[in-house]
Amino acid sequence: MISIRDLHKYFGALHVLKGIDLDVQKGEVLSVIGASGSGKSTLLYCINGLEAIQDGAVTVDGTDVHAKGTDINKLRQKLGMVFQQWNSFPHLTALENVALAPRIVKGKSKAEARDIAAKQLQHVGLGEKLDVYPGALSGGQQQRLAIARALAMEPEYMLFDEATSALDPELVGEVLDTMRLLADEGMTMICVTHEMGFARDVSDRVAFFHQGVMEEIGPPAQIFGDARSEHTRKFLANVR
Amino acid sequence: MEPTLKFFSGFAPNDLWFMGEAALRTLWISVLSISLGTVLGTLFGWMLYEGRRAATLTLAPVLDVFRSVPLIIQLVLFYNFAPIVGLNLDPFASGTVILTVYTAALVANVARGGIEAVGAPMRRAARSLGLSYWQDLRHVVLPIGGRAVFPSWVGVALGVMKDSALVSVLGYVELLKASQILITRTQEPFLILALAGAFYFALSYPVSRYATHLENRWAQ
Ligand SMILES: Nc1ncnc2c1ncn2[C@@H]1O[C@H](COP(=O)(O)OP(=O)(O)O)[C@@H](O)[C@H]1O
Ligand SMILES: [Mg+2]
Repeated sequence: MISIRDLHKYFGALHVLKGIDLDVQKGEVLSVIGASGSGKSTLLYCINGLEAIQDGAVTVDGTDVHAKGTDINKLRQKLGMVFQQWNSFPHLTALENVALAPRIVKGKSKAEARDIAAKQLQHVGLGEKLDVYPGALSGGQQQRLAIARALAMEPEYMLFDEATSALDPELVGEVLDTMRLLADEGMTMICVTHEMGFARDVSDRVAFFHQGVMEEIGPPAQIFGDARSEHTRKFLANVR
Repeated sequence: MEPTLKFFSGFAPNDLWFMGEAALRTLWISVLSISLGTVLGTLFGWMLYEGRRAATLTLAPVLDVFRSVPLIIQLVLFYNFAPIVGLNLDPFASGTVILTVYTAALVANVARGGIEAVGAPMRRAARSLGLSYWQDLRHVVLPIGGRAVFPSWVGVALGVMKDSALVSVLGYVELLKASQILITRTQEPFLILALAGAFYFALSYPVSRYATHLENRWAQ
């Protein structure tokens, strides 16, 4: 379980997260929506410790992410993350991209890492592209490569930060399908997204962020059909 | 007939061997200085990138001095003043020290540029996979940044190899010094300078060809 308690995050004087309380259960799919600049990416970075926090706490399966003694590199193996920009390692083939972390972080042998990587690439539909360099892949394929790369560490949670926002429209579908597949397999997911269809159909709950505050959280039917907050209704009216 | 005879009596085949040996010394002092300077410069570049204020205030101005003072002045000053502080270095050692520091000063900027070229998002992605800071540096920043600035580094390396000619002012018999010796003896400056130029070309051409080959391979 990911547990966030009264989380405050500042960038200098800018108060970006203003007391977030949120629990995400094992197996749950949570979508996070909200206007640009509302703190959604920052929330994900605070969950896997890529950003420090100023107050409150984030725990993952009982481990305090931001405590001094926490082995953050070990904890991050539990928390796969996929970014808006796919950030493929350009000097490595698809297979090597995925095999890198299992090999150097988990100390797997070359052969083991290869097997893991090949399996994950097949999983995301890139079984034909093992020896291709990222430069020869489309954006959608590179984003699926990024998903495979994260999955190769056998994470228990997946964090998606607008995984489809940088893609050409015709490539969005293949990435969303892969995310759906993961959700169906029971992966615990937090998906920051602008894809309202995905948020409605796939998530168990939807959280709406507004200026660093989690304004509202609830089942998709309630958020999309019967939002309590004025801000939520306004936001949804604009994106539709 | 007279001048032709004089021509050949001046420059003997043996002298070519003499120049070849000197070219090897040029190669040796260059390879040594470029290697050491690259390691040191990469370290400096990383300090400039990470150290922020402290490095900007201390290291950066020192490197600026080494980058901007003409190499020949650095060589002469170091060679003549090092004994005062108890460092009795021969011309080769003095030349190596100064060329190394000079290379490091140039490489520091190249290396910092390489780290910057990788960018924060790529490094966040690497760290999110569980790579430690050092694993990220070694397996992501070094190969990606290294390739990005490889052409600049080759430029620095070839420049330092040519600049190593200046070590001749300390009396180290590398290619240029050997040429000067031969010119004095044979009075054939054009022939010998042309030969020396050919030797420099022969040293750097394979390097730049190989560099181009690598860049093409990486570009796929
Ligand atoms: N590294 C940073 N330094 C300073 N300000 C930042 C940084 N990252 C994000 N911000 C600011 O924090 C706010 C929230 O950003 P972000 O979490 O990226 O929002 P969202 O993902 O919802 O668009 C924005 O105002 C943004 O400008
Ligand atoms: Mg964002």
